Amino acid sequence: MLEVKNLHVQVDDKEILKGMNITVAPGEVHSIMGPNGSGKSTLAQVLAGKEAYEVTEGEVTFQGKDLLDLEPEERACEGIFLAFQYPVEIPGVANTYLLREALNAKREYWDEKPLKHIEFAKLAREKMKTLGIDEDLLKRSVNAGFSGGEKKRNEIFQMQILEPTLAVLDETDSGLDIDALKIVANGVNSMRDSGRSFIVITHYQRLLNYIVPDFVHVMVDGKIVRSGGKELAYELEEKGYAGF
Amino acid sequence: MAIVFDGTRESYVEGLSEFLNSGQKDAPEWVTTLRREAISGFAKLGFPTLSDEEWRFTNLEALRRGSFSIAENGISGVSKKSVDSYGFSGLDCLRLVFVNGRFASSLSDTKDAGEGILVKSLSEAISEQSDLVKGHLARYADYEKDAFISLNTSYFEDGVFVYVPDGTVLEKPVHVLHVSTDEDRPLFINPRNLIVIGQSSVAKVIEHYVSASQSVYFSNVVTEVVCGENANLEHYRLEFESQKAFNFSTLRVNQQKNSNIASHSILCGGAIVRNNVHPVLAGEGCNSDIYGLFISEGRQHMDNFMRVEHASPHCDSRQFYNGVLDGRSKGVFHGRILVHEGAEKTDAKQTNRNLLLSDTAQIDTKPQLEIYNDDVKCTHGATIGQMDEEALFYLRSRGISMRQAKIIMLRAFTGETLEHMSIDPVREVLEGVVMKWFEKRLQNGKGR
Ligand SMILES: Nc1ncnc2c1ncn2[C@@H]1O[C@H](COP(=O)(O)OP(=O)(O)O)[C@@H](O)[C@H]1O
Ligand SMILES: [Mg+2]
Repeated sequence: MLEVKNLHVQVDDKEILKGMNITVAPGEVHSIMGPNGSGKSTLAQVLAGKEAYEVTEGEVTFQGKDLLDLEPEERACEGIFLAFQYPVEIPGVANTYLLREALNAKREYWDEKPLKHIEFAKLAREKMKTLGIDEDLLKRSVNAGFSGGEKKRNEIFQMQILEPTLAVLDETDSGLDIDALKIVANGVNSMRDSGRSFIVITHYQRLLNYIVPDFVHVMVDGKIVRSGGKELAYELEEKGYAGF
Repeated sequence: MAIVFDGTRESYVEGLSEFLNSGQKDAPEWVTTLRREAISGFAKLGFPTLSDEEWRFTNLEALRRGSFSIAENGISGVSKKSVDSYGFSGLDCLRLVFVNGRFASSLSDTKDAGEGILVKSLSEAISEQSDLVKGHLARYADYEKDAFISLNTSYFEDGVFVYVPDGTVLEKPVHVLHVSTDEDRPLFINPRNLIVIGQSSVAKVIEHYVSASQSVYFSNVVTEVVCGENANLEHYRLEFESQKAFNFSTLRVNQQKNSNIASHSILCGGAIVRNNVHPVLAGEGCNSDIYGLFISEGRQHMDNFMRVEHASPHCDSRQFYNGVLDGRSKGVFHGRILVHEGAEKTDAKQTNRNLLLSDTAQIDTKPQLEIYNDDVKCTHGATIGQMDEEALFYLRSRGISMRQAKIIMLRAFTGETLEHMSIDPVREVLEGVVMKWFEKRLQNGKGR
């Protein structure tokens, strides 16, 4: 589904990703762990199409297409979703409005009819219930004045509505208490199926107790330095990153 | 023969006697006296220059070089159909139409204003309700201090007169449509409006300035408002003049005890535009909400001049002004808050946010607090910036196109001021106009 080969990325002439490789097959959950500043968010943002990051070498293919050739909105319509580490606040734009625009943009891309107001409202209400999200969060401006937990939950809510093929979760667990963490994990687990893949970026092994990955990768200084099964997460928990 | 002003101070001063002799022969004595006093005010003042502190950012050289004349033709050339096209669909309102400053009664509808309420042309009111008008006209807008007010007071021909007696609700909003048309010579038009709201009364007035042509003219508006004790007024100034016009306008409000006003200024047209909003919170416990949105492109120049005067204790004022500037246009926001000595417990807040869509657009924003009292709360804040790249990326990462993302951001930005309008059909029309404006900008590949 996703193949990242020898990816080099720089910002302001500073190289951040230094030959990144990762291959994700349909239905798999990959976890990327690594110390602060190792380039995890950079990878996530590059996959979503952030222009400030310059790809100097390497390639990324997504379902056979050259991902780097696509605009951010095309990537989203093709099925990529990024849950931001720091979701952006957009005052004056209602959460529900953003979501409906987004969903209908995707439907239009696939030549489907846009959802009517009521159809959308029904869909949103269903998803909200399972995530324990307040109805009033829908009406509020996107992320504006949301608590840290609300922002993260809102990202998962968007993911549930948009039903991506590949979801990249960038530290969606940080700052969450255990109850919120379980809700977020449930939101992810309920979407797991043979056609959908996840890249779960995290700092802590804690999340992986709830979202059990097929593969764990350790990222240090812009590269994957070791890959393994879920037991690698426990090893990291014990030894820290110092050994890598 | 036409009265022509060649741009010099003398021509405006000397033109008055001819003006009085031609169209104003039947005017009451007091009006003629008023006009003479006002022109002597202008004779002393002349047009302001850049060295004038209040005009530092607005160069009037082009106005001083221009030649303008008083309209000679009647109200022909404007059809009912074209007037209807400036309406607000779904809005049940009274309508007064003025063409080049003159009342067009055949295009107007002022029936059913309500018991005791007067909604009519000011020139009619001057002859029919002379004493009532005399008690208010030119009592607030100071023709000895402001050159444009002097000129308007000297040369005004007509405008709306709204009078709502005590304890009365004017149910329908009043739509005052000023249309300018293409003439042989650039016109000098001086709409003059007077709105008097009695004690505990309520009214909504929409002043709307449009142009049926893209010609040059000098439009100089003065509106005086008296808001009686506990009265409530919502006022709109919608400025959609020709892109080549000079537009100067003053809204001068006198607020008595516990009165409320909401003022909305939307500036869109005009080559050089100056909009003065000057409420005086004269009685205790008043509230003034002042909203504004200006959008400019090309070489338009839009100067927003606020002067919020707190003259009594326990009054609140709020200013929310947003500007969107494209091309090589220039904007000015001058936000003056003046708190007089006795005005304790004043709570005044001012916010001005500006969005620049091009590298060459420019905004000067200047708060000016003048406070002669310790017991006040005054805050101000201004921002100038481009469209938030992070927010655009966030929207795009959800599948929304760049163009749509920009429209969403612009709509949110302009909505901050438009959302406070209580007349939905007006707000909806304005949202549509603003949207069209954005779409045009984005089509040109501009507007990052
Ligand atoms: N926009 C940027 N401009 C400059 N430096 C950046 C930018 N984004 C990330 N970096 C730098 O790149 C490195 C990796 O950052 P990041 O990808 O956020 O790491 P992680 O998510 O693993 O903590 C850091 O040293 C960070 O300072
Ligand atoms: Mg990060």
